Amino acid sequence: MSDEILLEVKNLRAKVEDKEILKGINLTIRPGEVHAIMGPNGSGKSTFSSVLAGNPAFTVTDGSATLHGVDLLSLSPEDRSHEGLFLSFQYPVEIPGVSMVNFMRAAVNAKRQYFHEPPMSASDFLKLMRQKRAVVELDNKLASRSVNEGFSGGEKKRNEIFQMAVLEPRLAILDETDSGLDIDALRIVAGGVNKLKTDRNATIVITHYQRLLDYIKPDFVHVLYKGRIVRTGGPELALELEERGYDWIKEEEDAKLNQES
Amino acid sequence: MTALDQYIRLMRENRQALDANAFPAVNARRNRAAEALELAGRLPVRSDEGYEKTSIEEMFAPDFAVNVNRMNITVDVAKSFRCDVPNISTLLAVVVNDRFVPTSTLLKNLPEGVTVCSLREAPAHVLDSSTTDTATLFNDLLLQDGVYIHIAKGVKVDRPIQLVDIFSCQAPMLAARRVVVEAENGAEVSILKCDHTQTSSVAFASSEVIEIRVGKSARVDWYDIEESTPQTSRWCRWNCRQEEESQLNICVATLTNGSTRNEYNIAVEGDRCQTRLSGMAVGSNTQHIDNSSYLTHTGDRGHSNQLFKYVLDDNASGAFEGCIEVAHNARFNEAYQSNRNILASKGARMHTKPQLLIYNDDVKCSHGASTGQLDEDALFYMQTRGIPREEARKMLMQAFMVEVVDNVRLTVLRDRLRHMLEMRFSGDCADSTCSSCKKKD
Repeated sequence: MSDEILLEVKNLRAKVEDKEILKGINLTIRPGEVHAIMGPNGSGKSTFSSVLAGNPAFTVTDGSATLHGVDLLSLSPEDRSHEGLFLSFQYPVEIPGVSMVNFMRAAVNAKRQYFHEPPMSASDFLKLMRQKRAVVELDNKLASRSVNEGFSGGEKKRNEIFQMAVLEPRLAILDETDSGLDIDALRIVAGGVNKLKTDRNATIVITHYQRLLDYIKPDFVHVLYKGRIVRTGGPELALELEERGYDWIKEEEDAKLNQES
Repeated sequence: MTALDQYIRLMRENRQALDANAFPAVNARRNRAAEALELAGRLPVRSDEGYEKTSIEEMFAPDFAVNVNRMNITVDVAKSFRCDVPNISTLLAVVVNDRFVPTSTLLKNLPEGVTVCSLREAPAHVLDSSTTDTATLFNDLLLQDGVYIHIAKGVKVDRPIQLVDIFSCQAPMLAARRVVVEAENGAEVSILKCDHTQTSSVAFASSEVIEIRVGKSARVDWYDIEESTPQTSRWCRWNCRQEEESQLNICVATLTNGSTRNEYNIAVEGDRCQTRLSGMAVGSNTQHIDNSSYLTHTGDRGHSNQLFKYVLDDNASGAFEGCIEVAHNARFNEAYQSNRNILASKGARMHTKPQLLIYNDDVKCSHGASTGQLDEDALFYMQTRGIPREEARKMLMQAFMVEVVDNVRLTVLRDRLRHMLEMRFSGDCADSTCSSCKKKD
């Protein structure tokens, strides 16, 4: 852990169409940290990750978000990726007709171009693919298939972590990476994430359940409710939520909101 | 004066020269053609059923010259053609404007039982006299030369035959082109035709008719790639007949063009035939591509599949009309048709009209059409991986066409076509000269 700040989110507000979903989020993440964001359905967890990644469906109405000092919100999604942001999708998109190899080659070379480096040679690229596939035990056969097309739920999530391994982000956001995974796949995916952890990068784990956090140990646990972070604690907070559910937080927060209004 | 009048007059005024330089079988048809066309008084326009989105009158209205006196126009064939589909060992012939030019390698390498020659040298009876459609009649009016391909009984040609059509002239020109293919019983052949325009500053129009007869148990694969210019108009008609247990596979790609109307008329007459008709169109700027198919099953137990895909960008426009007709006595046929399109811009337009005419109860048929935009979720997903939006768009457009490319049976050509598509979408042949040409210049 260091004093350096990797991600700084201040009073972030965002809406989709006319509905405000994020109502002032504050979050500071330093290199080497793992943050878990939990919360009931509809609290804004996935919106938060989408907004950070630059999904055009959402409009940021206020606040700021910087990644190692770079203003994220002014960048296109692709440039956010080049600057070191990675979003593992809850529902990875199937892209028929685009092979995994072409997809990854385009991604790798786009990043190199962004940093004024020449495209990677074919042999280096294949070596890289081989190396990174091992991180999540991804079958070589999937590499020749279309992106996510016909992949099982587990394969899709492993494919996300494989892409993360290739792109080596500074900040990875894992959006419900545990959903749809059986125990074995969960172990492999979590193992992959842990292997990629360094003291230079950081991870945000968005999840409903404590289960994933048995495998990926968080340093901080945040509870998101109605578009705000309403609780922050250590790993013990996740355990408490597992035991008590979200209702007690909801009641306390709703009471506060009623008082305010 | 209509465009039609202009060409009928041209035919009558130059009849002697026209006939002197053509072959007798077509000369005998000119009067019939003129009379039949005169009944309509004009070439098809948008108010005619089946031509709702393409006016042939407009396409042919400019004052195009026809080279009735067969002035020799030479072209540097290698220049036009090398960039297209290289690395394929083909039996190559060239059609310069409307003149058949065999290459020395073609004549040297023609296998036994294979004829590729000018229509002037073909037997007189080869022109199908039963066709009375407007496109063929118009072609009859002005045709002087063409290509005749004959594959003898049981001969399987392992090298594809390639025809390169080139427009090259300093003045606007109309060329009437005809290809007649006869595959005798059990014969197998793949033919690749590439349409090009070398003089990009000049307007051209082509009237093309392709007649294919697929004999009993024979197989004909016809691949057609158009890479012409914004000033090129093409009206191309296929008249095909299939005898029993034959296979016909037609795949037509329009990569760059001006205005194109392709008509496919396929008569599946024999029993147990297989037919695959596929097309892809990539349109940008103001390109216009219209594909119109009519497939008739009169035999039993046939299997046909039609697939047409369009990706239209900028202000490009596309049209598709397809019809499957299963005749009253034609039993146990399976016939499918699908047209799917992507509009990549607000200005692009697509019109589609899939049709079925079924007069027999014992069939399996389907038809469908869809037109949509690029998948925003896929675009965003690709962007989050660092792929710039513009590149992601191109990758998705290209991916959309993969299904059609996969209908190409020849592996080398399939790979090549995939590469050409990539070049097309990356904008390297936006003005229809591909990048390897540009480098040479």
